[in-house]
Amino acid sequence: MTPLLPRTRGAQATQTSWREMREAAARRKPSVLLGKVLHLDKLTVSFDQFKALDRLTLYVDPGELLCIIGPNGAGKTTMMDVITGRTRPDEGSAWFGKTVNLLALTEAEIAQAGIGRKFQKPTVFEFLSVFENLELALADNKSIWHTMVARLTPIQRERIDEVLQIISLGAKRTARAGALSHGQKQWLEIGMLLMQEPALLLVDEPVAGMTPQETERTGELLLSLAGKHSLIVVEHDMDFVRSIAKRVTVLCEGRVLAEGDMDSVQNDPRVIEVYLGA
Amino acid sequence: MKIGRQALPLLFKDRASCGFLALLTGVALVVPILNVAVPESSPLHLSSYVVGLIGKYLCYAILATAVDLIWGFCGILSLCHAAFFALGGYAIGMYLMRQIGTRGVYGHPVLPDFMVFLNWDALPWFWYGFDRFWFALAMVALVPAALAFVFGWLAFRSRVTGVYFSIMSQALSYALLLAFFRNDMGFGGNNGFTDFKDLLGFDLQSDGTRSALLVVTAATLAASYGACRMIVGSRAGRVIRSIRDAESRTRFLGYSVESYKLWLFVFSAVMAGVAGALYVPQVGIINPSEFEPIKSIEVVIWVAVGGRGTLFGAAAGAILVNYLKTYLTAAFPELWLYALGAIFIGVTIFLPRGLAGLWRSPSQVE
Repeated sequence: MTPLLPRTRGAQATQTSWREMREAAARRKPSVLLGKVLHLDKLTVSFDQFKALDRLTLYVDPGELLCIIGPNGAGKTTMMDVITGRTRPDEGSAWFGKTVNLLALTEAEIAQAGIGRKFQKPTVFEFLSVFENLELALADNKSIWHTMVARLTPIQRERIDEVLQIISLGAKRTARAGALSHGQKQWLEIGMLLMQEPALLLVDEPVAGMTPQETERTGELLLSLAGKHSLIVVEHDMDFVRSIAKRVTVLCEGRVLAEGDMDSVQNDPRVIEVYLGA
Repeated sequence: MKIGRQALPLLFKDRASCGFLALLTGVALVVPILNVAVPESSPLHLSSYVVGLIGKYLCYAILATAVDLIWGFCGILSLCHAAFFALGGYAIGMYLMRQIGTRGVYGHPVLPDFMVFLNWDALPWFWYGFDRFWFALAMVALVPAALAFVFGWLAFRSRVTGVYFSIMSQALSYALLLAFFRNDMGFGGNNGFTDFKDLLGFDLQSDGTRSALLVVTAATLAASYGACRMIVGSRAGRVIRSIRDAESRTRFLGYSVESYKLWLFVFSAVMAGVAGALYVPQVGIINPSEFEPIKSIEVVIWVAVGGRGTLFGAAAGAILVNYLKTYLTAAFPELWLYALGAIFIGVTIFLPRGLAGLWRSPSQVE
């Protein structure tokens, strides 16, 4: 595991013994593992009789790229809904870092705390230009009183230009987002996530409907983001998952069925039965 | 002025805005001159009746702009804006009633005629303060704002959207209609307020006052148009349109969608209230029929005819449809409602962007 240092308190941590830190963390919330970006513990979500999530426990390390696969109805989207505050679980806990209780925050607060989400269907603001789409996603004061008078600072402009480069849409900055191709919209949406400077990115089926070239480019993009950000990628395309994933988690019926690298997961007989064999 | 510097060029870069404001300035300058300075014998003379009509249309234009701001840009189809309009009208009406003083039929120094008629012996508490103009003016803004705030807060917080919001807003309007019809509410029952004498000491029947009111209305329309343009041109305006098109995406970007909707709704309600306050002195009457749900629906039709999401289109639609109404209800009274329905259906099918869409290419329309 990567060093168990709290990310924001590096300087202080050098003077503090490991034991003290662990004890302090334990006092804060016993169930939270030290140093995880995201920790879901025994989450249960029921819709009538159907359990979309069934005591789901899952964690994400800092800078990790975690891939999640699973058949339809395995609870992948529900899990993302819980993390982003759209659905409230019946039981369990969800912690972002060590101090942020996701279950106590609204969607907007969670987004501001540093979790960005890319939807399955690309949702960009079609009537705005590519540049303006990124501008709206900018990590900044988002109250109406501020946005009414806000102007971009040179630093913010630079940041937008930087992200335009990362998502290879520099030439399209003034184009209307609605005029972009499907793949470009997906990238723009990833770019919008980056503008939020999130610690954790949730990416739902990033390569669905993409050409092989676009898929490859998207894989490179996601890999380049890992390290600086933590990512959870939900994807059906097995070749794509194989090309980017170190750790793969298989969900089935709201639970973790298997976990490990792609090869061990793909050879797991239970996984073959429910998912890959189908 | 940091805000002014950035907003004004934006306003003047937009050719439609320039044209609209120039036209408005022209009307505000020419109409009073043709009415007051040109002798009645001249063919160029405009009668006071026409001046009053134009003033009325301009009030409707403010109301339509308010509805366009909330509907065209934020996608909230409010069917209670005529109620905010009426509340603003009632607030100024209360001031005008107090101004009548002893000149009423019963000559009571404090109580308006209808209260004397109902055998009331004292002014209800909520009439206090309305003998002062500044107080009435404050209420013109505050009463619609407070109602919009409470209603909007409850509705948006519970994520009531789309047609459900429209139906609830219509119910609100209808509830106000029923309440204002009651005599014991203290607002004159079904007769409302009328027989106004003067405003700030100026005789409401005189040509000069009427022209001055028209100029003030035109200036208010220009100011509210400018304010709306500033809002929709700012980053907040882009957030508002994003809410219209992809509400949950906006929410996941970290914007508090509810508070954006709420403040826009409140602002738009205040605009409607101000429009109502300008309307009442010019038409000389306010009664509960202004709360009728059909009135709010008519506003929506004006906006649709003019072109939603353009602001100037909404204002133009209000003026055009009301001109048609004035003409048709005089020439063919029984045809008006059919005509209104036909216009709405025709615009929906053939001009989904309204009249403003005729000369704006699709890429320009937001």
